[in-house]
Amino acid sequence: MSKHVAVVVDHFQGQAPGATWEPFTPARDLAQALGGQVVAVVLAADGQALAQEAKARGADRVLLVEHPSLADYRTGLYGKALAALAQEHDIAVWLFPATTRGKELAAWLAAALGVGLLPDVFEVALADGKVTARRPVYAGKVWARVEAPLPAVVTTRVRSFEAPEPQAVDAAGIEKVDLALEESPVQVVGYEKPEAEGPRLTEARIIVSGGRGVANAPQVPEPCAGISDPKEREKCIAQEGFKMLGELAKALGGALGASRAAVDAGYISYDHQVGQTGKVVSPDLYMAFGISGAIQHQAGMRTSKIIVAINKDPEAPIFKIAHYGIVGDLWEIAPAILEELRERGLVKT
Amino acid sequence: MNIVVGVKVVPDTAAQVRVEDGKVTWGEAPLVLNPWDEFAVEAALQAKEKFGGQVTVISMGDEAALEALRRALAMGCQQAIRIYDEPLAQADVLATAQVLSAAIRKLNPDLVIFGRQAIDGDTASTPAAVAQVLGWPFVGLVTAFRGFDEGSKTLEVVRTLDEAKQTLRVPLPAVLTIAKEFAEPRYPSFIGIRKASRAKIPVWNLAELGLEVHPPRVTWPEVMQPPQREVVCQFIEGETPREIARKLVDKLIEEKVL
Repeated sequence: MSKHVAVVVDHFQGQAPGATWEPFTPARDLAQALGGQVVAVVLAADGQALAQEAKARGADRVLLVEHPSLADYRTGLYGKALAALAQEHDIAVWLFPATTRGKELAAWLAAALGVGLLPDVFEVALADGKVTARRPVYAGKVWARVEAPLPAVVTTRVRSFEAPEPQAVDAAGIEKVDLALEESPVQVVGYEKPEAEGPRLTEARIIVSGGRGVANAPQVPEPCAGISDPKEREKCIAQEGFKMLGELAKALGGALGASRAAVDAGYISYDHQVGQTGKVVSPDLYMAFGISGAIQHQAGMRTSKIIVAINKDPEAPIFKIAHYGIVGDLWEIAPAILEELRERGLVKT
Repeated sequence: MNIVVGVKVVPDTAAQVRVEDGKVTWGEAPLVLNPWDEFAVEAALQAKEKFGGQVTVISMGDEAALEALRRALAMGCQQAIRIYDEPLAQADVLATAQVLSAAIRKLNPDLVIFGRQAIDGDTASTPAAVAQVLGWPFVGLVTAFRGFDEGSKTLEVVRTLDEAKQTLRVPLPAVLTIAKEFAEPRYPSFIGIRKASRAKIPVWNLAELGLEVHPPRVTWPEVMQPPQREVVCQFIEGETPREIARKLVDKLIEEKVL
């Protein structure tokens, strides 16, 4: 019977997102139950640092596959490397973080191995020679218990497991593996990197989010005063409002979110959208400014630890899931919170 | 360029989905074309408009799937095929991928397009699995087609990763998923809706695909209602915004989230 637990290390050109290390926590429990080891897999052009960190996060062994073509992630290329490793190593459970790459690779690998796939789980264990897990379906409106016989492929829901703290370790157990890799038929032409500002939405501990209500300023902000077209003026006001919320997010070391209504109205770009057709987030603190709380929005943020809602309308549905509510004007409340944080020295730099 | 777009029917996003008697139910809520698949259909139609060819929409499912297929036809796809057979009712990702792949091989397209995920199972896994079964390249979350080189049959696409946008040259045939940034999906025209309502939609079964499916590897022994959040909203009041802000910050420190 196969018995080891593999964790595939997710990274972008050698940089691992925070979620990369989260599967090492369930991996330890699964390996213990199987009487096997936690085996980290690093596929990279230059993966020494990642291999070291995988050891520090609890891997007993690291399989390090280094090849120039692995510098750029391509699903098939990485998937074939994993499938080749599966032939040589006795892996009972493959774990990936449920990041964009992790989900793609897990699906590809499960199909290649002809084994069951349990995606996006927040709980995973072994029972009767099977992997048994729980995961949200229907945007979290329902939970499902899902099971698959060993070997199986699992992705762990981001921010559902706490990554192990890194420990000081030596380099023993890092094994370089030579694989005969073919070049990918998919060629990388280039990258366009957004200006990095603060944490990503899906990884942020704090999210400050705005909705349609952001366009309702009691006074037209300076830059929008000269605009006569009412639609354009509204958009300008809302964009100023999101600037203000962005400052608050930055002060808190958090990320800026938005409702679909705000995105559709053109106030802010889609990459900020939280909800069923945007990003699903689960921060420690979610602050909803001028968001009424449609069911589709709730589906994207309902598992946040603490929800604060600021809305003019005391009947807004968002208050039904909020821990703290403020019935008031976000244009007054948001700057007041920022001032309060500054005065108390709580602003992150 | 011949294109296959794979779609699914799902309960509307506004549906109150819940568990009753151990089963998932959404009451009277309508079934619709999966919202993410609307972007896939839009991308398929744009590819056809730019590079020529035709678009075939396929869906695996019982008669409910017709709703999704007809919507895609109304948007402008040329033909629709439903794939169904009794043993497919419990199909997992792997079985679904095998069945869809068999249908795709039969249609022999240059390009296969899916939405990023279905909003019911939320697995976001079938497209990559289909690419693996077909042995074709896979690119997820495509936001734009940059161009098509007829000679080398290579499509240049942009995809989003969390860290960056990546431009790739993909030799066809290939499997893609489409991100929301691609373009706003078009509304069906009146003529399109009329045509779609009259279209004959053939059903392919496993025998026609020359396929046997294994029992699902993945089972769902139980569905459950997530624990209700027993939240009573504590309203914070004060004379001035500053006073409200001060009280809120106190609470957030108490909750250890600041």
